[in-house]
Amino acid sequence: MAKKNEPNAEMLKGTLDMMVLRTLVTGDAHGHTIAKIIERSSEDVLEVEQGSLYPALHRLEDRGWVSSYWGASENNRKAKFYKLTAAGRKQLVRETDRWRQMARAIALVMGEKALAQEGDR
Amino acid sequence: MNWLRFFRRKKANIELAEEMDLYMAEEIDENLARGMKPAEARRRAYVKLGNPQQVREKLWTYNTIALLENLWRDFRYAIRTLSRAPGFAIIAVLVMALGIGANVALFTVVRSVLLNPLPYRDSGQLYSFYEYESKHPEFSRFMPVDAGSFALWQQATSGAAEMAMVSSWQQYNVSSEGSGEGSKLPEKIDAAWCSWNFFSTLGVAPALGRNFTASDDQPDAEATVILTSRFWKRRYNSDPSMIGKKIWLDARPYTVIGVLPSSFTYATSMGSDTMQVWTPVNHEAPGDLMRIFNDHEFIAVARLAPGVTLTSLLSQLNAVQTQIKIQHNGPAIHDSVSGRTMLDDAVTGYKTSLYALLAATGCVLLIACLNVASLLVARTAARSKELAIRAALGGGHWRLLRERLMESFLLSAAGGAGGLLLAWCALEWLVRTRQDMNRIEAIHIDAVVALFVAGTILVCALFSGLISAASTDSKQILGSLQEASRGHSGGQSKATLRKGLLVLEVCLTVVLLVGAGLLLKSYQKLRTTDVGVPIENVLTMHFSLPDARYKEPVQQVAFLEQLIGRVRALPGVQAAGLVSAAPGQGWGGDRTMSVVEHPPLPKGQGLDLMVRGADPGYFAAIQLPLLKGRIFTGDERLQRAKVVVISQSAAKLCFPGEDPIGKHLSTGSDGDVYEVIGVVADTRWQISQPAHPMLYWPIYGNDYSAATVVIRSTHNVETLALPAQKILGQMDPDLPVSNVATLRETIGKSTLGSQFDSILVLGFAGIALLLAAAGLYGVVAYLVTQRTGEIGIRIALGAQREQVLRLMLLDGLRPAMLGVATGLIASAAVVRLIRSMLYETEPLDPAVFLAVTGVLLLVAGIACLLPAWRASRLDPMQALRAE
Repeated sequence: MAKKNEPNAEMLKGTLDMMVLRTLVTGDAHGHTIAKIIERSSEDVLEVEQGSLYPALHRLEDRGWVSSYWGASENNRKAKFYKLTAAGRKQLVRETDRWRQMARAIALVMGEKALAQEGDR
Repeated sequence: MNWLRFFRRKKANIELAEEMDLYMAEEIDENLARGMKPAEARRRAYVKLGNPQQVREKLWTYNTIALLENLWRDFRYAIRTLSRAPGFAIIAVLVMALGIGANVALFTVVRSVLLNPLPYRDSGQLYSFYEYESKHPEFSRFMPVDAGSFALWQQATSGAAEMAMVSSWQQYNVSSEGSGEGSKLPEKIDAAWCSWNFFSTLGVAPALGRNFTASDDQPDAEATVILTSRFWKRRYNSDPSMIGKKIWLDARPYTVIGVLPSSFTYATSMGSDTMQVWTPVNHEAPGDLMRIFNDHEFIAVARLAPGVTLTSLLSQLNAVQTQIKIQHNGPAIHDSVSGRTMLDDAVTGYKTSLYALLAATGCVLLIACLNVASLLVARTAARSKELAIRAALGGGHWRLLRERLMESFLLSAAGGAGGLLLAWCALEWLVRTRQDMNRIEAIHIDAVVALFVAGTILVCALFSGLISAASTDSKQILGSLQEASRGHSGGQSKATLRKGLLVLEVCLTVVLLVGAGLLLKSYQKLRTTDVGVPIENVLTMHFSLPDARYKEPVQQVAFLEQLIGRVRALPGVQAAGLVSAAPGQGWGGDRTMSVVEHPPLPKGQGLDLMVRGADPGYFAAIQLPLLKGRIFTGDERLQRAKVVVISQSAAKLCFPGEDPIGKHLSTGSDGDVYEVIGVVADTRWQISQPAHPMLYWPIYGNDYSAATVVIRSTHNVETLALPAQKILGQMDPDLPVSNVATLRETIGKSTLGSQFDSILVLGFAGIALLLAAAGLYGVVAYLVTQRTGEIGIRIALGAQREQVLRLMLLDGLRPAMLGVATGLIASAAVVRLIRSMLYETEPLDPAVFLAVTGVLLLVAGIACLLPAWRASRLDPMQALRAE
């Protein structure tokens, strides 16, 4: 739960889909792994709310951006794995672009040059 | 939201539970690895996961309710917005109901009459065959067949087709004598002769009793008859014991061997299904009729064997017919064979008019949709501020579009429901008024029609909804917000779209009006066509003397003479006469004649004259003027009846440039020679057909056992029907009277189709005109409202009121004139399609086109003038304050 940092949770909502897709680039994963990876790679700043994760996964699957299959987890438990589809890959590129623009714009507004330049690249 | 998920929610739920279980298990493992105690590890895992029920609920909502709830919300919202403008809603629904109703009714008729298969087994394989003259394209391509040819056809095509013959224009007197029927009234019934295999060829089995067999279909067989279901029900109260009993037809006993199923019907291009009984042809027809090639009394019906096509069978039959023409080269021997499906044969007379009517209703529906779309566009424009604000606040494009569609869908659905009701009423009315139409009994609303209604509603909703949606461009949100902030000449772009719709509307209206005008003119021509004699106060009634009772010509003549004498003596009868067929009452038979005084015509040619038997009093009774010579006398009868009176066109045909009086005509082969004693004016055998050359000979003695009594009176001739029928009843109680009608009624009946078509199309055109006028009015009124401020400024700055009037008027009239121009061009292109429905009217009739243009411009002018005038009367102060 994201009680320690509410704004983070809000922030996450719009970008969760993008991050889930990004996570799957490195390989197929089940829900728990996806949540773990996002948390670890954000240095535990972002906490993935389960109430958002599963609906997000289902939504992505409906849109054809991920597909799913049942397999065995690392600890040999029955697990539903998610896999990035070709359409999902394209979507990821689109969302990443949009996010970069947005981040740059916000950075410009906030006067944070470094970030803005990063967005320029 | 995914529909698949919606229906597999349970499975999805179980899967989700498994996914969350896994999550829990992994989390607990991790916590244990971090060195927590099992209980703590479990607690922390639960805390992290949160309330699993909540997760489940979220997904559940995501998978189910979203769409339904959104739809429900849209629905309520649409109802609310519509009920805020009830006037708009009611008008739109009514317009839609009219359009959809007319279409559904016509679609039902077209489907039931033209498209549904005939009620026979595998009816697509059934064809009707006729003969025609390849050298006389002016004759019909579908003339009846002679029995001689039929026999040869049947032989030549055995294996390729099963052929049967039928003669569906026979009649019998059915009487109750000695049949134990009690005192049922005698009646004259329509009947058909058929070869024994006719019903088996169609694949129809009697509902009761048995079919004809080859042994029934012999000249010396016992007389048998099969009853139609309606005759059996009506006259014999559906008595199943009728099978095996005898009924009396033309004063002879016939054994009833079967009753046809009630679904059975047989109609051709030659007549509708009025037959009451069926008899085997070889038993009924005179022996020589079954052998000769020049008396055409039959229609051939064939079931083609699998793999055989109409073309291949026709080429086979044509080869046979060519041989027949070579071998029996007479003037009345036809040289070619034509064929078409039985369905085509039955409905050929209605095809064009029904499709034309369907096209007309299609136009009306299109106009209705355009009008509703135009109304929606206007509403959208009026609500542009609201929509812009909603879009600015994040209302999705699809969301707004969905609302628009929901609105137009509600209107269409309500219109469709009203339309279905309207269609039902219209069909009830149609079935009652058009009893003359073949297959009218097949009309009913079924599942396909219901589907059609649903489809129409959907298409209308999409059409009008999308047009209005196209009028709002989300990129112009800012524009409409600004526009709203300071009023000036706004909403121009929306008006452009509406004007475009108007052009289309006016164009369609012009096409409909032109069609209606042509049909109406043709109907007027038909109505005022002179059949050749005055038709007011003339009563006709038909009867026929059964050969079984009146064997000798002397007996027949005596009966006819006595009858007409007694009719003439009735008080109120001005004049009365006897004729075999009165004017306007059908073909009535023809003969090929030759002129004795002329050199013989080349073999195979002859003069085709229509033949009528008449008594000396007929010409005075029908008031047919004598042009030359004299009429028969009373004693030119029996053996002395070898005199003829010919019509003017017959005189022109037979004796061009000569005096026909005293010349002789011969009936060709049998060599009977008739002296021409007089020339009378022409009469028409059918109101819509030109007069055919005609010959009259005495009805007393040229083998006439049937006659039409013609009674003329000074007024109320209908009241003489009963006394005249009584006289017949007194002279022979078993003699039925048929076709009791005034000449006006007879002719009215034959113009029924034309009247029906013209009035319906006129009705549709009227609706279209009204809608177009309403559309025009709406657009101009809308423009005036939009430009109130501008007009106020103009007037305040000194613009003349006439200038304002002209400005606004032209704004509305421009699309109307464009519509009229395109409509006239479109009409010129499509009216050729209804040429066959027109009588003595050219498709490009300039008067009709001119009148339509005038009417439309007039109506458009009035529709535009009202709001334009209001604009010119604006008080500038108020107009500017209204800002």
